[in-house]
Amino acid sequence: MTDQTRGWSRRNLLATSIASTVSVTLLGRSGAEAAPATVQTNPRDPVNVTLRVNGRQHRLSFDVRTTLLDALREHMGLTGSKKGCDHGQCGACTVLVNDRRVLSCLTLAASADGQEVTTIEGLAQSDGSLHPMQQAFIDHDAFQCGYCTPGQILSAVACVKEGHAGVDVEIREYMSGNLCRCAAYPNIVDAIKQARPKMKEA
Amino acid sequence: MRPFQFARVEDVKAAIHAHTGGGRADDVSASNSPNQYLAGGTTLLDLMKLDVMRAARVIDINALQQTNSGKIEFSSKGLRLGAMVRMAQAADHPDVRKHFPVIGQALQLAASAQIRNMASLGGNVLQRTRCSYFRDTSYPNCNKRIPGSGCAALDGFNRSHAVLGVSDQCIASYPGDFAQALLALDARVEIDGPTGAREIPFAGLHRPPGKTPHLETTLAPAELITAFSVPPAPWARRSLFLKIRDRESYEFALASAAVALELDGGTVKQVRIALGGVAALPWRAKEAEAQLTGRQLDEQTIESAATAAFAQARAREHNAFKVELGKRALVRALHQAAALEI
Ligand SMILES: Cc1cc2nc3c(=O)[nH]c(=O)nc-3n(C[C@H](O)[C@H](O)[C@H](O)COP(=O)(O)OP(=O)(O)OC[C@H]3O[C@@H](n4cnc5c(N)ncnc54)[C@H](O)[C@@H]3O)c2cc1C
Ligand code: SF4
Ligand code: FES
Ligand code: FES
Repeated sequence: MTDQTRGWSRRNLLATSIASTVSVTLLGRSGAEAAPATVQTNPRDPVNVTLRVNGRQHRLSFDVRTTLLDALREHMGLTGSKKGCDHGQCGACTVLVNDRRVLSCLTLAASADGQEVTTIEGLAQSDGSLHPMQQAFIDHDAFQCGYCTPGQILSAVACVKEGHAGVDVEIREYMSGNLCRCAAYPNIVDAIKQARPKMKEA
Repeated sequence: MRPFQFARVEDVKAAIHAHTGGGRADDVSASNSPNQYLAGGTTLLDLMKLDVMRAARVIDINALQQTNSGKIEFSSKGLRLGAMVRMAQAADHPDVRKHFPVIGQALQLAASAQIRNMASLGGNVLQRTRCSYFRDTSYPNCNKRIPGSGCAALDGFNRSHAVLGVSDQCIASYPGDFAQALLALDARVEIDGPTGAREIPFAGLHRPPGKTPHLETTLAPAELITAFSVPPAPWARRSLFLKIRDRESYEFALASAAVALELDGGTVKQVRIALGGVAALPWRAKEAEAQLTGRQLDEQTIESAATAAFAQARAREHNAFKVELGKRALVRALHQAAALEI
């Protein structure tokens, strides 16, 4: 989707779903060109958001304070993404938004409106065959309790795609945003090295 | 987190309008305003969850990355970094890395890959201190959070706190890295707001805590940073960022040094030094620069520059180590900059 088409579809969507909450104070004085694209004036009103998660469209309505992480876990039943710290300090909640790794605990679900989200549930193929990174984590025993693992795997996928999975020190540096309390770090590095060429082939 | 009004805007004008509601902003300070712009959210949402920031209206400016504020431009006039550029974008940009290494390194050594994908350059320079008494509302004494309430850190656990630029009202350290790179390279800040556009030197953005630690910057509420511009300079190529921290990665600086050097043989023609981790605000070490300018860059002048940089340091019980650590960081950064092959 190009930027323009995204702006368009978002505006059309909002025109239908948010019209009732458009504010006089915010839209009032200076004319249409200064109008916010989305307005939620009564903080207690739910916001309507459309998220594309793992290729499926979800139209949802929830409290404006809802983070993307809570939207996934509590509103879509996608509990693969984990809440470790809820403050950006552990990486357990890592997901891909428009193919870039981000922290879903510090992303407002309303800000992710119209974006493409990939979670751990969306990595395997429809026939159930695992993503090369998932297989590599199993092959290298790259986890113990598994709590950090969904975040580690998505981060690792992005790390390879970004081209930051060269030598070991580079992998460690670019994976430092994912803490592992069980300290599976060496095995995670090995798993990434196994998956790296397979991802390129795919 | 408290409930808030939410707006998403697509250009600067709409952002300012949504912030002010079409009227004039009458709060004193941007960081304490009930209306807050939302960029990456890595500071704002964190602090709203902690109830330290209590925004009543949140204006999502992420769509501004489709405007000029989302661009990196490099020309003979220097570098222009849009405020909505993400940290990772600027850190990976070939012109930034080649011509302004200190900027690329300061960004790359900050936070984590995920946070650098989210966080904007504008939000980065406005990040708030990591002082644990500021972040924990169960402590009643924090002049930054509640003006006039006192400072729990003065006689508390102050290991991470600042030794330069502090006051008896607040010793919180400025936590970021990128700001020091901008300061060292004499960057400027482009600002738009309800009363029009203006431009200020980066050095004029942050305020020392003094008697008003809750006023952190000179930005008025509803003012929006649109870009940073960095002039070309002969010292920009020979520049670097050195960061010392408790762990190797994904950690704030205990001490950092941004240095940029112009050498003529072994003599210093020009030098720019900014220090982080040790100061209440991004800290330009002019005394150290003066010790070096026009001198032979040797062990002795470097030592005397480091001494000069920390001559005014005021340490508390747990952070006295930062004086020595800060000096050594600066000494090492200067040696490394001098040894760069460019
Ligand atoms: C675990 C963790 C580790 C970190 N480690 C580091 C580190 O090592 N080094 C480092 O430098 N930083 C570090 N950070 C801080 C991080 O870099 C900042 O939180 C981030 O850069 C803020 O940018 P943002 O776009 O997310 O800002 P937001 O959270 O969206 O905004 C922050 C503030 O700036 C205002 N604002 C945002 N954009 C503008 C604008 N254009 N004009 C006017 N006002 C604006 C907002 O209203 C808000 O008040 C870390 C953060 C976390 C959570
Ligand atoms: S150092 Fe500053 S931020 Fe920390 S408790 Fe004291 S006043 Fe508050
Ligand atoms: S839960 Fe998001 S970083 Fe820890
Ligand atoms: S496997 Fe237990 S936290 Fe990483």
